Amino acid sequence: MNGFQSALHPAGPQALHIERLIWLFTGISAFVLLAVTVALLWAVFRRRERRDLAAEPRPPELRERRLGRVVGAAVALTVVLLFVLLTASFATDRRLLDLEGREQLTVHVIGHQWWWEIRYAHGEPARRVITANELHIPVGVPVRIELTSPDVIHSFWVPNLHGKQDLIPGSSNAITIEADRPGTYRGQCAEFCGLQHAFMAFLVVAEPEETFDAWYERQLAPAREPGNDQARRGREVFLRSACVMCHRIRGTSASATYGPDLTHLKSRQILAAGAVPDTRGHLAAWIADPQGIKPGARMPITALPPPDFQALLAYLETLE
Amino acid sequence: MRAFLAVALMVLAFAGCKREEREPRPEPVAERDIPAIVMSDLAPGEKPPSSPDYPHYTENAWQVSEGKRLFEAMNCNGCHARGGGDIGPPLMDRQWIYGSEPGNIFATIMEGRPNGMPSFRNMIPEQQVWQLVAYVRSLAGLVRKDVASGRSDDMSARPSEQSLPEEPPRNAGIPPSATGTQP
Repeated sequence: MNGFQSALHPAGPQALHIERLIWLFTGISAFVLLAVTVALLWAVFRRRERRDLAAEPRPPELRERRLGRVVGAAVALTVVLLFVLLTASFATDRRLLDLEGREQLTVHVIGHQWWWEIRYAHGEPARRVITANELHIPVGVPVRIELTSPDVIHSFWVPNLHGKQDLIPGSSNAITIEADRPGTYRGQCAEFCGLQHAFMAFLVVAEPEETFDAWYERQLAPAREPGNDQARRGREVFLRSACVMCHRIRGTSASATYGPDLTHLKSRQILAAGAVPDTRGHLAAWIADPQGIKPGARMPITALPPPDFQALLAYLETLE
Repeated sequence: MRAFLAVALMVLAFAGCKREEREPRPEPVAERDIPAIVMSDLAPGEKPPSSPDYPHYTENAWQVSEGKRLFEAMNCNGCHARGGGDIGPPLMDRQWIYGSEPGNIFATIMEGRPNGMPSFRNMIPEQQVWQLVAYVRSLAGLVRKDVASGRSDDMSARPSEQSLPEEPPRNAGIPPSATGTQP
């Protein structure tokens, strides 16, 4: 997982600026710490002047003058270093805004307790992709992320790409990100937002433009018709149980928006905002006992008879 | 005297702990009895029907606030309009067409009622129906004041459930719309 979620492995121009700033701050702070430690140790261990020797003590004015010079130099150095840090910080802040206004893609990211809703903006309503917990972006394209929250304050943070930006209920924030190289980067809510704050993660998948376009087209398609009887029965189970009250599967009558969109559930890598990987076994465990995996999550325990449960699982497996 | 005061304060403070104890994972549903369907609270004897463990829900602030969240999430507002009533009857007044006891409200949500109230059996897990029951009762001031929600997250035209006046329930009988006598 080297560099999977790390500000020290920048994958975009802004993260690169931030990384440089981190090293500059760390370097200067380390130098200052070292200098102060050396001075302190020198003061502790230097040899005392021996008074009993008859040697002529240095006149006090001379010592005063020397001390004054040392303190003056230290103060000047401090001011210079602080000024360097200030300038670097200011310049980095300016650079982070370079991409603003050059975005070619806008995505609305809505932070819920405790998952991320992702809606791609598009002039045509029929071409708006809605997904959850996995944000795909084309490499080399600045993407504007519009951030809102319906419940409490969250914070959008993908350390490999940029710094943090808060999601504030009742207002809209924005951040522009760009990835230079393909890869999967983990993002995380960075503002404490309740019981499952730690399991409020998401993935940013940066991929070449053609791959991104293909992904986008696949996400636009409605759910595939289930191919066998068990999956068909599973769809019936989905539509007549509590699932349908919160989740949407495009292509069926399930159209609720309270929970994540499940139309292409199996195309994603994680479940429950990063609590578990998206495998059949974990999906089964999540449906059977979400409160065991993520206590306090909004998904209730739904008691289903075992045959119905297996059918439901078979159906959800077809949602690719 | 000081020590006594300190101990008394601590006892008071700890007494509040139970008030909003969270229980994300209820006991398995299959092990409990589903209460009988009751269409009216006219019943032989004194006591209206109700599930034995409803105080578990109606006396816990967390359960009531979860009910409040679900009331919006399940679009109860669509008809009952934040308890004020729209095409569905108001819930914050003293008129209870199908009974005000927790068991009655539970049956109303689970089975539905004539003229529009759909049945949510199998659509909302039983625990969450009980949370809704607790919240609906708080709308009419029928739960303890320290348990009812103290504020709403959004701007609201009415005071919070905690400040709503208590409405002593009165049974209103079958609504005129249900008997077909209304024009």
